[in-house]
Order: sequence, then structure tokens, then C-alpha cells
Amino acid sequence: MAGSVVDNLQRLQAVGQTIGHNLATQLAHWTEPERRRTIAEQVAHEFSEASQEVASLLLSNSWRTPQDELERRIAHLLASNNQGPHGTDSFGFAPTEVRKYAPALEFLYRVWFRTEVHDIQRVPEGRCLLISNHSGQLPFDGVAIGAALLLDRDPPRMVRSMVEKFATSLPFFGTFCNRMGQVTGLPDNCRRLLESEEAVLVFPEGARGISKPFRHRYRMTAFGQGFMRLALESKVPIVPIAVVGAEEQTVNLLNMEPLARLLNMPSAPLTPLMPLLGPLAMLPAPVKYHVYFGEPMEFSGDANDDDAVVAGKVAKVRAAIQAMLDRGLAERRGIFI
Amino acid sequence: MAKRKTLAVVTGVSGRLGQLLARRLHREPDTRVIGIDRRPFLRKPSDVEHLRIDIRRKACEDLFRTRRVDVIYHLGLMHDPRQGVSEHYTWNLLGTKQILEFAQRYDVPKVVILSTGDVYGPQSDNPAYIGEDAPLLGAQRFAGMRDLIAVDMFAQSYFWKFPEIETVVLRPAHIVGGVRNAVSNYLRLQQIPVLLGFDPMVQVLHEEDAVSAILAAARPGVRGVFNVVGADALPLRTLVGLTGKPTWEVPHLLLPGLARQLFQLRLADFPAAELDYIRYSATLDGARLRTVTRWTPQYSVEEAVQAALRAGIFDGGVERMAAGASHVVR
Repeated sequence: MAGSVVDNLQRLQAVGQTIGHNLATQLAHWTEPERRRTIAEQVAHEFSEASQEVASLLLSNSWRTPQDELERRIAHLLASNNQGPHGTDSFGFAPTEVRKYAPALEFLYRVWFRTEVHDIQRVPEGRCLLISNHSGQLPFDGVAIGAALLLDRDPPRMVRSMVEKFATSLPFFGTFCNRMGQVTGLPDNCRRLLESEEAVLVFPEGARGISKPFRHRYRMTAFGQGFMRLALESKVPIVPIAVVGAEEQTVNLLNMEPLARLLNMPSAPLTPLMPLLGPLAMLPAPVKYHVYFGEPMEFSGDANDDDAVVAGKVAKVRAAIQAMLDRGLAERRGIFI
Repeated sequence: MAKRKTLAVVTGVSGRLGQLLARRLHREPDTRVIGIDRRPFLRKPSDVEHLRIDIRRKACEDLFRTRRVDVIYHLGLMHDPRQGVSEHYTWNLLGTKQILEFAQRYDVPKVVILSTGDVYGPQSDNPAYIGEDAPLLGAQRFAGMRDLIAVDMFAQSYFWKFPEIETVVLRPAHIVGGVRNAVSNYLRLQQIPVLLGFDPMVQVLHEEDAVSAILAAARPGVRGVFNVVGADALPLRTLVGLTGKPTWEVPHLLLPGLARQLFQLRLADFPAAELDYIRYSATLDGARLRTVTRWTPQYSVEEAVQAALRAGIFDGGVERMAAGASHVVR
């Protein structure tokens, strides 16, 4: 008993030391007064423009999809999905639940992130793998991709994402994921969903990518190979996707790894406002999202090939996403506008 | 000369499922049924023989020595959380070992063992379709499952040790109906507890479907491990809703402690570890049995739930009293 208390205290001390050290490094980056001022001015300017935009959207109420249009979309999902007699498929997706969550989904997608979607018609019918970069500490990039396919594609498609298993084990959120068609990220689940002609979203960077510190933004981490092996095995096209904007929604100064281990979480980011707001500091800033859909890519070959062979194919997908990221960063006017 | 009748031995015959199976077998014209169970067999059909003995006793071997048994249905596995661990182990593991040894020694060509789908266990990272080759993780948080997993694996070892015996291991989803198992008892509660924020997918198998699956698996040529899945999976709260009873939302951080207390005070019959079943999914892939035997379930979830609720009112109580302290669930 006493031993475990000492252990935990030591662990906390270690957390404290890491935080202190990293904060010092971060501060060193920001000491040039000139640079600090320009960034602050730019952010303040963009932020005021963005808040005006949000306010006018909310006032005009034009962000909501009309009820009959939403019903038409839900009806299409119902027709194209194989639910049992109790309204869910075997993964727990209940298309009628979309009705319940649509307002929140649309608020995030159209108002908060004012998402601009490019080339969504490139997502084909039938089975396909959607491969995207992953960022922003919390998976709002997945929300935006899902909302785009559900609300802005004709006909609509429900994205089935491979979700980190920590997330699906949570109360409320796990159930929400499940009813909205999101499944625990396992190769077997992915294979089954592809067999039933679904569009499966995979973030090959996984937890590594989403929790990377702010200073590494728009530098994709290493891609896993699992998605490519599945694509080769199930012979499905890959649609590369780039989400620009999410990197700036939450500023992760550093990952408190000992704390994450202590709480059994995939990551525990420290944000500047966390001392003031606590966990609320994880809420995203109203950045502007740009979602780019690339041309579907076809690959062929042996799914059990050597890592080196598969890595070459993975690199092509990564390069396609990188190219779209670069284009997006060059095209955008700012972080919030 | 008249054709020799098939001789079927059913262990655990006094359990609800054993009784249903015995009645179904006895209706077939060329089958004779011998049931083995320590407990009384209520409303037994007159031409079903009932041996009130323990499988582990020598008297049981005499049966196999003197009669030519064609098929053994091993349903006599204990899953009563009130029984001690060692009683569980010796009953389940030694009983199964005994049965399989008789089969091997006295040339019984077919053995069907009713294991359970619970051997896989509920986990947050279970796939939506758990196949027969998935690891048996059911005991990682629920120590009470260890002996049942041991039985399952022990039975599997007979596939390669004695290939001349057609051994079948069935792993059914939650059997619901007149049976007195955890799920059916759960559905019979006055007010049904669910965990706040959790709504896992569940599968139920009507007891009559379980019996027909056992019979399908007993056909010649069928061997191996099979999941048995009835109607489509559905969310737990939808299942509970079918009972028409009120629910009781409990935070998952609170319930395990509460459940442990209630179980110890004998106010509830659910060990705390079983709460994982209302928290996480464990849905099986039932395709293999359906393709190999062409068996298909006949009952809907609604019918299974109604059967469970009916049994709670009428015969369940009587049988339970008769069975006394040693109630074998299946």
C-alpha cells in the first residue's frame, strides 16, 4: 500500500519535471517580441472575422439542412444498409439515430468549423477505403469527413470509421459511435464492412497522428501498413483525403505521457488554457476546415507481401495526401477564415 | 428384424434445456433416450430412462459398458455462481473428462458438448463477429469462467487425440427462454438495471432453437467447434425494452461495488463480473454452423423474451424449488 503511494508520487514528480522542462523549451520559441506581435495581431484579426461569420450563420439559421432533405438522406441510408428487425446492423449502426444527432453534427460542420469541401464527388459508390491525415487532439476531422459524405454528397453515404478502442470503450461516446456506424478499429471489422460495400475511413497515423504536439503541425507521422494490406486483400480503391485546419484547433504544447499512462488514455495533451479551464481546454477553437478528396487510387498485389513492398504503396497514398495538404495550406487565407 | 434404435445419452437432463432435448428426442420414432442427472426430472415422458447418478460415479460407467450408446449430449455443465470453485472445477472438468473417456473406451461415435459463447468474454475491443478461432478471453475479468474454458479446450483436444469420435463443441449465444440462466433471470427482474451510457449489442438464442441446433450438430459427419447464433444482434436497451419493464440506470463506477455487496448478502444472483455483459459486446459469428448443417433459427428475439417472461410466472418457481440448492443452470 505504502509502496504504491510512493510509486504514484514519484510518477507525479516525473510528470512535473517533464512539464517544466517542456514549457521552458516552448517559451524559448516565443521570446522574439516582433514575431509574437505579428502572430497575435493576425490571430485577433482572423478571430473577429470568424466570429462575425459564426454569428451571422447562427442568426440566419441557414446552416440547418431542411427537414425534408434530411429525411430523404436518412431514407437513402435505410435503403442502402442492411439492418435487422430492430433497426441496427450487426455493428450497431442505427440510421434513424442520425435524426437525433444531425443538429449537433451540422453545427460543428457548418457553423463551428465552416467546412469547405473539395471534390467530394470523387468518393465512389460501393466499397472503398477513405484514408486521411489525422490531427487536432480530438477526432473532429473524422466528424467533418463523416458529415461531408452524409450531408453534402449525392447520394449520401455513411462513413464507417475505424475508431481507437479506447474511445469505443467510453460510456456515452462509445454508444454514440456505435449507433452512428463507427466501429472499433479492428482488421476483421474493416474486412466485413468492405464486404458489405461500405466506405471505411482509416487514419493510418492513428493516435500518434492526432496527438502530435503543435510544433509538428502538418508534418504527418508514420503511416501504418494495415490499411494497404486490407485494400490489396479486398481489392478496394483508396480515396486519399486531406483535412486542413484541424491542426490548429487545439494547441498541444506537450504530451504528458506519464499522466496518460496513469489514466490509461492514449494521450494526455497539455494546452495553454488547461490550467484555467481544465478538460474544457480540449474543446476545439473555431478554426476553418478544408477537406480535400483525392482521385481514387487502385493498387494490386499480394496482401502478404514484404513490408518493403507494401511500404512503397503506402508511400504513394501518403504523398497524395501530402500534396493535397500543401495545396490546402497554400490556398487558405488564414487559420480561422 | 426390427432396426436397432439409436441410443442417446443426455447429461444434465433435468435442466430446462436437457428436458426440452429429451422430449424432442423421445418424439423421434427410432431413438431411445437415457438421461443422467442427480436432480429429479419433473414431468418425464414415461419411456425416457432417468439415472439419478453423478457422472463421476462408477455406476455411470456401467451404463456405457452394458449398452451400446450412439450419441452423447453433454449438457450437464454447472454454471451456478453460488457453488464453490472446486465444486465447479471437479464437476465440469472431471465430468467432461469422464464422458469423453467413456466415448473413447466404449466406441461412442458421436459426442456433442454444450459449451458456451461466454468463453470469448465481453470486451470493448471485441470484433462484431467473433469467430470460432478467436482466443477464449472470457476469464480475464471473470474468474468464474475458467472451468468452462478449460472444459471447452479439453473437449477440443479430443478432435486430434481421437479423430474416430465425432466431437462437436457448441458455443451458443445467450440462451433465453424457460432456462434459469443469467440472461433469462436478468430479463425476469422487476426493474432491469442498465449501465448509464452503455448499450452493447447482444445476441439471444431461443431455447427451442438451441435444442434444434444441438440436434443438427448431432448429425453424422458434423464435427468441430461451432458458435450458435439465433436472431440478429440488437442493442441491450432494445432487448430490455421488449420486456416492457422499467429500467434502472446505474453509473458503471458504482454498480460493481453495489453488485458485490448484493451478491454477498444474497440479495442478487449476479456476480459483479457478469456486469461486463451489460457493458461490452460479445457478438458471435454464427455462419459456420449454418453453412455446415443448414440449421436455421426459427424464433425471433420477441418470442425468446416472451418465453423467458412466461417461465418466470409459471413453471420456473416450481422447478427451482424441486431442484433445491444444486441448480445446474442448463
